[in-house]
Amino acid sequence: MTADPIGVPLMRVTTERDRCVGSGQCAMLSPEVFDQDDEGLVTVLQEEPADELREGVLQAADLCPSRSIRVHG
Amino acid sequence: MTQSADAAPETGSPLPQFPMRRTCPFSEPGEYAGMRADNPVSRAALKVNGKPTWLVTRHEHVRQVLGDGRVSSNLKMPGYPHQFHIPEEMLAQVRLMMLNMDPPEHSAQRRMLIPEFTARRVKEMRPRIQEIVDERIDAMLAAGGPVDLVTALALPVPSLVICELLGVPYEDHPQFEEWSAAMMNHDLSPAEYGAAVQALDMYLDKLVTLKETEPGDDLISRFLEKNRTEQVADHVDVVTMARLMLVGGHETTANMIALGVLALLRHPEQMAELQADPALLPNAIEELLRVFSISDSGTARVAAEDIEVGDVTIRAGEGILALNNAANHDESVFPDAGTLDIHRKEARSHLAFGYGIHQCIGANLARVELEAVYGTLLRRVPGLRLAAEPDELRFKDDAMVYGVYELPVTW
Repeated sequence: MTADPIGVPLMRVTTERDRCVGSGQCAMLSPEVFDQDDEGLVTVLQEEPADELREGVLQAADLCPSRSIRVHG
Repeated sequence: MTQSADAAPETGSPLPQFPMRRTCPFSEPGEYAGMRADNPVSRAALKVNGKPTWLVTRHEHVRQVLGDGRVSSNLKMPGYPHQFHIPEEMLAQVRLMMLNMDPPEHSAQRRMLIPEFTARRVKEMRPRIQEIVDERIDAMLAAGGPVDLVTALALPVPSLVICELLGVPYEDHPQFEEWSAAMMNHDLSPAEYGAAVQALDMYLDKLVTLKETEPGDDLISRFLEKNRTEQVADHVDVVTMARLMLVGGHETTANMIALGVLALLRHPEQMAELQADPALLPNAIEELLRVFSISDSGTARVAAEDIEVGDVTIRAGEGILALNNAANHDESVFPDAGTLDIHRKEARSHLAFGYGIHQCIGANLARVELEAVYGTLLRRVPGLRLAAEPDELRFKDDAMVYGVYELPVTW
């Protein structure tokens, strides 16, 4: 895990594209971090989003119907 | 404790019957709260054939079951909890719809359709949806009240939207609306049910055949085009997919429009808040979806292997109904769950669109339609009120998808 310049650990987001069922909830709840590619499957725009985006990222991960989103840190 | 649906009941009392009736349109069936508290994974007998099924009632467990790859959606598996009477010989002939397929067949077909319903694509449809809503409200205002909101607005809007998306001529709507309404009715005989499915399939068969040679700018044509290289579906599969999209696309949204308007009329203080601040609408829509959970038992499954849910082992071959209306009234997730609260912060955790790989593919489209309809009605018809006594309204207690048959309104 990386840290920002003052040493606070960053949140890191990973996804499993193979599991994704394209519900698009993540792209609606946290559009700064998630998008859907040409096939409608999840793609991550920022792997280490700023802390103020945490709430949306956690909600996207919780509501993902295929549990394709993991949040570390 | 470990028990099995086939084991003899410990007491002599007969199993509760399913489906159970809602005590009022704004609540879940009265039995659910007790089951959630004392017996969250419990057995019931299906009214249609007396066969046993598991009922899963807690939010956590419903998510667990619907997210479990050892659970099948295949209605041809013995033990699947049918809610219609389908004779064995008819069942053998049934072509599976996507919602009854398991991976990998399900994944292949769903992936063909996902690009049609992304957040971006649905956003692009928004202006046209707004136009459709405005045209219908213009007509309603020109005609003058009282009108039946179901026929004036709730049914035509989603019907027009899905017709344009699929490339189905809207002028044929009286026919397919009748067939699809029939397919939602628990009480139909197998022959009547089969006849409705067959009539709709014959109609869509002609349409798909036409699009094979004369493609248009629509979902069915794009599916056919992609299928030339992907080869995931034959002609009958495409007809079956078109039926699922057509029926799923208007029946559910139509019921939600009418019930949502009724709920707002019955909660005037919350309606006034939405009128004053339309930015509250998206959360209000999640809350309305939660409160009504119109497709409570649409999430029927059968265990393909033994699975543990709570304290219970569900054996391979046993049927499961993961009740989203029960999950959506789970007080551990939604405090004071029986109360409509448009500000509820956890509203979006509802499972009204299901959960797992079969979660409604059109959920985001439905949200946009609901937002356009509720938002426009509140803005353009601020004096909207019920034009019938509440106890005169007839609700779809016997249908697969809950709703209200007519909603007389004036302004």
